Amino acid sequence: MVKEEQETANRPDNTAFTQQRLPAWQPMLSAGIVIPGFVLIGLAFIGIGVALFVTTRSIQVLELDYSGVEQSSPCFKCSDTSTKNCVCNMNFNLDKLFEGPVFFYYGLSNYFQNFRRYGVSKDLDQLSGNLDNFENPTDDCVPFQYDANKKPIVPCGAVANSIFNDTFKLYQIIGGTKKPVPLDGKGIAWWTDYNIKNRNPSVTPLKNAFNGTVQPSNWPKPAYELDPTDPANNGFINQDFLVWMRRAALPNFRKLYRRIAEEDYAQGLPAGNYSLEIAYNYPVLSFDGRKKVVLSNVSWMGGKNEFLGIAYLVIGSLCVVMSVVMLIVYAKFKFPDEE
Amino acid sequence: MFRKRLPPEEERRVKANDREYNEKFEYASNYIMTSKYNIITFLPVNLFEQFQEVANTYFLFLLILQLIPQISSLSCYTTIVPLALVLSITAVKDAMDDYFRHKSDNHVNNRQSQVLIRGLLQSEKWMNVRVGDIIKLENNQFVAADLLLLSSSEPHGLCYIETAELDGETNMKVRQSVSVTSELGDNLSSFDGEVVCEPPNNKLDRFCGTLYWREKKYPLTNQNMLLRGCVLRNTEACYGLVIFAGPDTKLMQNSGCTKFKRTSIDRLMNTLVLWIFGFLVCMGTILAVGNAVWEREVGSLFQSYLPWEPPVNNFLFNAFLSFWSYIIILNTVVPISLYVSVEVIRLGHSYFINWDQQMFCSQCNTAAEARTTTLNEELGQVEYIFSDKTGTLTQNIMSFNKCSISGQTYGEITDPLGPQPKSLDFTPFNPLADLDFCFYDDALLESVKVGDKHTHEFFRLLSLCHTVMSEEKSEGELVYKAQSPDEGALVTAARNFGFVFRSRTPGTISTTEMGRPVTYTLLAILDFNNIRKRMSVIVRNPEGRIRLYCKGADTVLLERLHPCNQELMNITSDHLNEYAADGLRTLALAYRDLSEDQWESWSESHRSADKATDFREDLLSAVYEQIEQDMMLLGATAIEDKLQEGVPETIAVLSLANIKIWVLTGDKQETAVNIGYSCKMLTDTTEVFIISGHTVQSVRQELRTAREKMIQLSQTTDGGKEPGMEGWGEPYLSGNGLNEGQEGRGEKQMEGSLPPSSSCVMDNISGEFALVINGHSLAHALEGDMETEFVLTACACKAVICCRVTPLQKAQVVELIKKHKKAVTLAVGDGANDVSMIKSAHIGVGISGQEGIQAVLASDFSFSQFRFLQRLLLVHGRWSYLRMCRFLCYFFYKNFAFTMVHFWFGFFCGFSAQTVYDQHFITLFNIVYTSLPVLAMGIFDQDVPDRRSLEYPKLYEPGQLNLLFNKKEFFICITQGIYTSVVLFFVPYAVLSDATQSNGVPLADYQTFAITTATALVIVVSVQIALDTGFWTVINHVCVWGSLCSYFSIMFVLQSQGLFRSFPSQLNFVGCARSTLLQPIVWFTIALATAICVVPVLAFRFLKLDLKPQLSDTVRYTQLVRQKKRKPAGRNVGGPWRGAGSVSESRLGARGGSRRSGYAFAHQEGFGELITSGKNMRLSSLALTSFASRHSSSWIDTLRRKKHTHGHTPASASGECSPAPSCVSGSVPPLSNSCSVLGGSQDMPLEEEAGTAPAQNTLSAPAPSKETTSASEQEPDSAEAHTE
Repeated sequence: MVKEEQETANRPDNTAFTQQRLPAWQPMLSAGIVIPGFVLIGLAFIGIGVALFVTTRSIQVLELDYSGVEQSSPCFKCSDTSTKNCVCNMNFNLDKLFEGPVFFYYGLSNYFQNFRRYGVSKDLDQLSGNLDNFENPTDDCVPFQYDANKKPIVPCGAVANSIFNDTFKLYQIIGGTKKPVPLDGKGIAWWTDYNIKNRNPSVTPLKNAFNGTVQPSNWPKPAYELDPTDPANNGFINQDFLVWMRRAALPNFRKLYRRIAEEDYAQGLPAGNYSLEIAYNYPVLSFDGRKKVVLSNVSWMGGKNEFLGIAYLVIGSLCVVMSVVMLIVYAKFKFPDEE
Repeated sequence: MFRKRLPPEEERRVKANDREYNEKFEYASNYIMTSKYNIITFLPVNLFEQFQEVANTYFLFLLILQLIPQISSLSCYTTIVPLALVLSITAVKDAMDDYFRHKSDNHVNNRQSQVLIRGLLQSEKWMNVRVGDIIKLENNQFVAADLLLLSSSEPHGLCYIETAELDGETNMKVRQSVSVTSELGDNLSSFDGEVVCEPPNNKLDRFCGTLYWREKKYPLTNQNMLLRGCVLRNTEACYGLVIFAGPDTKLMQNSGCTKFKRTSIDRLMNTLVLWIFGFLVCMGTILAVGNAVWEREVGSLFQSYLPWEPPVNNFLFNAFLSFWSYIIILNTVVPISLYVSVEVIRLGHSYFINWDQQMFCSQCNTAAEARTTTLNEELGQVEYIFSDKTGTLTQNIMSFNKCSISGQTYGEITDPLGPQPKSLDFTPFNPLADLDFCFYDDALLESVKVGDKHTHEFFRLLSLCHTVMSEEKSEGELVYKAQSPDEGALVTAARNFGFVFRSRTPGTISTTEMGRPVTYTLLAILDFNNIRKRMSVIVRNPEGRIRLYCKGADTVLLERLHPCNQELMNITSDHLNEYAADGLRTLALAYRDLSEDQWESWSESHRSADKATDFREDLLSAVYEQIEQDMMLLGATAIEDKLQEGVPETIAVLSLANIKIWVLTGDKQETAVNIGYSCKMLTDTTEVFIISGHTVQSVRQELRTAREKMIQLSQTTDGGKEPGMEGWGEPYLSGNGLNEGQEGRGEKQMEGSLPPSSSCVMDNISGEFALVINGHSLAHALEGDMETEFVLTACACKAVICCRVTPLQKAQVVELIKKHKKAVTLAVGDGANDVSMIKSAHIGVGISGQEGIQAVLASDFSFSQFRFLQRLLLVHGRWSYLRMCRFLCYFFYKNFAFTMVHFWFGFFCGFSAQTVYDQHFITLFNIVYTSLPVLAMGIFDQDVPDRRSLEYPKLYEPGQLNLLFNKKEFFICITQGIYTSVVLFFVPYAVLSDATQSNGVPLADYQTFAITTATALVIVVSVQIALDTGFWTVINHVCVWGSLCSYFSIMFVLQSQGLFRSFPSQLNFVGCARSTLLQPIVWFTIALATAICVVPVLAFRFLKLDLKPQLSDTVRYTQLVRQKKRKPAGRNVGGPWRGAGSVSESRLGARGGSRRSGYAFAHQEGFGELITSGKNMRLSSLALTSFASRHSSSWIDTLRRKKHTHGHTPASASGECSPAPSCVSGSVPPLSNSCSVLGGSQDMPLEEEAGTAPAQNTLSAPAPSKETTSASEQEPDSAEAHTE
């Protein structure tokens, strides 16, 4: 009664915040929320799981290992690193239409693109067209920074140096004749990689920018001559180079090589016999690696992926089971005054 | 004479007025320094201190590692930025703290005092005062150093001091100078005496030295000393010789050393950090071994694509480097932001304490203050409270409350629930009345007015039989100066009822009786002492009749009555019992008419006894005994040692929360015990054991006996109680399996009833025991092997009272419990004598009361009322603890989930210390993406509202048992974190390794993988915090959603084209987020990972809630159900304890009680001798006025307070600063009972909601029925009336 009059300066503010009385939502894991929630989540997961599973079943995948480990393999002869410019042919047969668009991948196993030192061994400034870094590549590129003559290597670093250099040609065998399947190499790299991240120096012709530099030791051609057919596909924005430079997260990976979506093959690869001509250049057997070619088509959710569908189904059904268990437990031990 | 002084001082030689001589000894000056740094030393010393923190050194070490290019797996800014931030924040905080210490030091050091230098009085700062200086002190000044009193303006070299700052006693003490020096008066400039005395020590009550002057020796004792911290009272001026200065003074010697306080969570956290560091090393080793194997098996062959760098040419060295690299990337299991966040959370909690209106006292205009911001969560774990008495539990103000006059009791307030009775208005009747005196029973005034003979005699006695001095500044304006506040209260009462004590001379007492001036001849004062427990005066009234008036402890006085008083004695005895049961201090009053002959003969024997040199004391008391016989009983008085508001209720609530309360007081045993009763620590069912032995053996024996008795008693009570208890508890246990804790307790009690075997028996003793131990016994009890004995006994008691303890002993007791019990201790006090205790306890609480601010300055928390302690502990402490634990659990979980992904990735990247995430993500994850939601939870979370935690003190228990965050919880958290990391790595791994975008581009590139994992991580930890947050305020919403948004927006910004153009080498993730997050499969992956992480947690929590709910869950659940059921009722402002006090009082009264006499409470002999000798009659008006005004002003305060908030009757609860634990209804059961109601059945309240027994269970049952609750919550008054 008297207190109001004695309101004083030291009195703390009477606000909901200072008095810790902010209005608040106080959720509680009550049965009414948790059990139906589990049922709903479970059902949703089962639904998604079924959809994913069905979708993924319709995707066709063809894998061809061409490392040439086994003697029976047509590429066995090429696996000897001393043979240069070795070409081998792998034949395969499709017994039904391989629906298009078909994507042509190469895959490497036991290849550690994700190794830390490997990953950092590149010069991003150089790749974005900075001419200063042409002369002085970053130290990260060691030991692919300068060649023996102290000339800067462009593009420098282990990643660029180790670019995958096998090339493939695909033929459909129709009545004994090889009909080349057109492979489309445009737009296989990320849009941002091609348009933003990597840029050629604005020097024309491109060749001049590379004066005073050397190509990486593993490269047969300098960067500005990677694709003689298309001048726009050279230098650092060469599609194959970009694909390679986007390093893989895991030691077994595949990278997009070409798309098959043109001419007669727009609907996919018809059933029949095919021959794959491989220019075998890239040694992997020394570190027990494997090389393969993968043909695959995709759905709305990408390539074949059985794990996801199954995982969804499992988790969904576990949720439903849990909800039943919880219902039983709840019925037995519910809060005493639950109405 | 010139002995070389050894480093440890053996004796002290001080020569007055001779600085040169004294300087040889290099005694400490009077400069006091409590601060730690100065401007130059601040940076190095502070940094040195900071790097003593394990964590900081660890981060520094990491930083150094990151600077080595071969090792650096992360750029160093990920460590530099947070480390610099932490160091500077801490440094600023330390600097602020030290600044305030400097300020307070300066304030003290710069106080002025008058020093006699070369014959002239000069003003000097305190810090410039040297040993050997002569200081002039004036009235009401603080004593600057330990002084030898040389002379005083008062006769006989007397001076009065108040030692409240030192030992907490507020009564005045007399000091007297050696007669040779007192004769000098103020001509001390030529005084050149030399003092040889003991070296500095901390014994407040002892001083031993010799004064050599003019070839003569004079012994010096404590009676000659004025100690630093005392205040000169009632003395115009005095001169003193500085003996000890600054740090050597007894005050400073007693203040103990300052220790940096850490909370147990802090210590646990440091241990855990060490463990985690060990864990880190293990992980690093595993991965390094993996790296060695990989490099040998794969890496060496892979060299065509990735050659080993020139300096690193073998796999072992590679592995060694990899170890350190992993240490760097895995270090985020203990991010530095942990420490910053903990500090921020604590700071937030401290502000909430500062802001709490319910801990604001409007009378003193003081809000609670968290002075240390690092101890908050410890407040939720307190098990022992050590409390000072005077000024903490009590207001140290006495008020005349009730009296019994010839069989008629007055002052009873008949209807405690009725309207507040009006205080009597004395002014029309008595112009001399003290306006601040409150009395509510007008029957007594009527009785005075009609001229009842007994009533008149009663008050006449009160106006004559005392040793109070009075001062009349102007006509009718009287101020009394009493040696003990009890006496002052009695004399004031007499004054208001028309028997005004006006003045005294050595031989007369002048009073105004009913408006008529009367002068009595004072023939003798038979003074008080501890053994006599009574005092008498013999006066001759103007008519010439001689009468002896006696007041004293009933126990001694009732024995000395004339047999004809039998009947009256019985009635009065009953009244005394009632008063005592109410916790009042009682005195019995009696008189005896003496004939002239009797007087003459007695006077003769008195004179001879007085003159005796040997055994004077004994002879005198024998003589006194002769005359104090055959007295006629007049009645009895009851004085209330006014407790602070809400003390019994607070103590009751705290003990329901399983907190043990020890009272450590410098006061006498009787006072302490009496307060124990009045604040309900002790009840009449309590078995009180008193330890007062003077030797080790006797103390040991007493302790053992007490223990045996306890075991014996608890066996008998257990035998009787247990079956009933079990039978009562069982249905609920089997009915719903709600509470395991209770079962546990049951078992414990059963164990207790098994044959006693060892000390564990003592732990489990359940009984109402209390231990009272005296200071001198305590000294023995604290010696070596007695410690355990004492702890064993004391901890089996519900209440422990230590009386006559020195400040240092207080600290020792606290240390003892800290050492033996490993429990969290809290010390609360208000005076300088409590400082050491406050400093040594885990938490020190200062009551900012009347006794200066030393205690507050030394404390960690301060507020102005003892009762705020319950809110501090049960609400703020509990919340802090809860929040801190939840925060830590989540934090460790989060960081393990975050970091361990790298570990799993290590197996797939050649153990190369490749991080899974982008570097920017790693830098920002703890600082930006996940810091705010967990901070918001750590600051704002509430499981149950504050009202409920006061209603259910049992909710406090998890903190004491350390249940919410301990090693087990930690392991659960990190297991959950590791589980999450497994899910977060392997789900994307399994999904993405073969997945492609819908345009055929593979998704298994490093950057997509990084973004997917990071996004999944952020979402999973956000969902987890959403689950952990129990109290979603707007701020929580903003933080959680804001963090998620910030993650996405920062990511998109960092990966935008514009920024990339500026920093191409830093932001190589350009465009990755867009490309990744547009893929449905990425979202399916994230959803899957989230579900796998969260679903088990959700199921586990739900089942735990159903099968093993904690009390807080139950309370919370009930609360929510209730909120749904009815519209939210208005906040309950009125306190639940309305009327609780009075009800329990009457209950106690009915039980009858042991009598506790008030007159045992004076601390020492009275001023009787001084009065009769006339020594102190020349009191200067100045001295008296200032003294009296001070004291009476505090009386005024109290009485005013009393007027408004009379005792624990309803008004006390209407105050806004009442803690309002808000359980409703006036007819709350007595608190001691509610212990069983609350404690026994944690699940009870829910079931009692039917409203069958409203009166009994309103305390515990939240919602009887709609109407009753809402009505009673909104209108406590009507509810009270209703239920009555």
